[in-house]
Amino acid sequence: MVSIGVDMGAKNIKVVVLKDNEVVSKALVTAGLDTEGALKKALQAASGEAGLEYTEADYITATGAGRKDVPMANDELTEVGAAVRGALHFFKDARTVIDVGAEEGRGVRCDAEGRVIDFVVNEKCAAGAGAFCEAMARALEVPLEEFGPLSLESDREIPMNAQCAVFAESEVVSLVHAKTPKQDIARAVHDAIASRITSMVRRVGLEEQVALVGGLAYNVGFIDSLKRDLETEVLIPPDPEYAAAIGAAVVAAERGLKASEGGENS
Amino acid sequence: MTTEYWRWKEYNWKDPDIDWKEARNITVGVDVGSVSSQAVVMTDGELFAYSNMRTGSDSPESAENALNWALEDTGLTLDDIHYAVGTGYGRINVPFADRAITEIACHGRGANYMYGPTVRTILDMGGQDCKVIQVDEKGKVQEFLMNDKCAAGTGRGMEVFADLLEIPIEEIGELSFQIEEEPEPVSSTCVIFAKTEATGLLRQGWPKNDVLAAYCSAMALRVVALIERVGVEEDFAITGGIAKNAGVVQRLTKQLGLVALEPKHDTQIAGALGGALFAQTLAVKEGRVSA
Amino acid sequence: MKANYGYHDGSGDFFITIDSNLCTGCVECISACPADVLEMITDDYDDVVAAVKEEHRKKIKYSCAECKPVDEQPPLPCVSACEPGAIIHSW
Repeated sequence: MVSIGVDMGAKNIKVVVLKDNEVVSKALVTAGLDTEGALKKALQAASGEAGLEYTEADYITATGAGRKDVPMANDELTEVGAAVRGALHFFKDARTVIDVGAEEGRGVRCDAEGRVIDFVVNEKCAAGAGAFCEAMARALEVPLEEFGPLSLESDREIPMNAQCAVFAESEVVSLVHAKTPKQDIARAVHDAIASRITSMVRRVGLEEQVALVGGLAYNVGFIDSLKRDLETEVLIPPDPEYAAAIGAAVVAAERGLKASEGGENS
Repeated sequence: MTTEYWRWKEYNWKDPDIDWKEARNITVGVDVGSVSSQAVVMTDGELFAYSNMRTGSDSPESAENALNWALEDTGLTLDDIHYAVGTGYGRINVPFADRAITEIACHGRGANYMYGPTVRTILDMGGQDCKVIQVDEKGKVQEFLMNDKCAAGTGRGMEVFADLLEIPIEEIGELSFQIEEEPEPVSSTCVIFAKTEATGLLRQGWPKNDVLAAYCSAMALRVVALIERVGVEEDFAITGGIAKNAGVVQRLTKQLGLVALEPKHDTQIAGALGGALFAQTLAVKEGRVSA
Repeated sequence: MKANYGYHDGSGDFFITIDSNLCTGCVECISACPADVLEMITDDYDDVVAAVKEEHRKKIKYSCAECKPVDEQPPLPCVSACEPGAIIHSW
């Protein structure tokens, strides 16, 4: 069984190829203006790495905001559902899945089968998403990949008053002028976003185990702040930003199997 | 790279026809805002003098500077003043104030004086916040809403766009009308996401003026949503820095289907003016001057 | 006077409206709130009324999250405690 999961995001297109329940290849392509071309490019890159043509796949499932625009897909899956299945593929005992991407943050509670029980989304406001960290790293003039590790060097809690990313940029600049050490500012930023994510997750009811997926799962500073705030361990799968694509591929494999069984029976 | 955006002339003004020596009740209102500070001097219920200047890094000093400038060449000193009210963001840091009153109440009272007793809804769009205030015929606040959490719908949001498009902020209003057809508004409320959206539009080949128009109209939409939460009742007035940006104001009044009143004085003094008016009443109430 | 404390941002409208014409100053809402969001103030017209604390005004979506679980919608403690019905949440 070869299945493909496509995560058609607004910015990036991610494709994962799954063979016998193992991730064998993946690809990420920026959507840009020609989304159709980008989609084909991503599909060819991932399937090429797996040594096949994407047309040879048994089943393709699409997810993401643009999931309707994947003509080669057999069907589709919601982003929330896909992220949960992606997380549970690695941690079958996870019951709370936190998904924080550049533009959205989500908290989901699910059952053992990966069915969504409840979820909360924070969207359309950068304060509760990865874009907040990106903007603050820029204001602090620290490369994004160093921003998380920098935060770990701090042992001081300082509050951030601004909620809005635009106002928080000015606050970061004035903290720099006030000679506040950069690592303490980095920690304040991660503490701020973690506390917003935590209060969102508490609305769905925190249940162990907790898995974190999405782009912000690469940020060790955020992970550290989040663990402290949630007062629990947080599990992170390999390639956390591919969680939705992996989830879609897992579901595609199940659906493909069902379809072929149905076909044999008839 | 950072230009001075909310660029306006600092100045002071006094009414040459008023002789303060004949006045029985002399009061001051000082509004220390996040961007600008004003001091207004009133004599027996009449506007006598005022100043309008930038807020410095220190609130008490900004308050004193604004007062001293308003008093310049009037012959008045602080000792001649019966009552002083501090308002605005830095109101608790006005050293000579007898009382601090919120900018909401002061704005309501000031707008009542400035626009007359028919004004019912006031929209104040400042550098870092946006307020909607409903007042009665005496300028007493009936309902208010203040949004200082989110940069969308504030001068700061516009500044981010001015920076992105490299256009001086005071030209935005006019340029936003130099378009062939009114574009769809930018769909993101969040300034950070709107910026990403605008970058995408530029990459698609949109002219800068169209992007400006799309943002001015998006900003108008956000502010209309805030006004509608409180409800708009005529007469309607707009104060604050954005009142000077026709690109937003015209789109906003069109969406509301209303005309905004023309102000009699600089709209930026509304808060300080209200403070001075409160001070007039308080001076009598607390026995500083005889009624 | 109706005071709308809170904000509107990209994710929605989050306002607590307190009507000082209805508020009797009984302080029941203050002890009812588990997140310590409310306080009594003397407003500009010398009325002693309930208000949202300054430090919560820019984050009430998060401050009030505890009382708003997604799976059920229990009555809000502050709203229930207010006999004259002076408190309204917009979300």
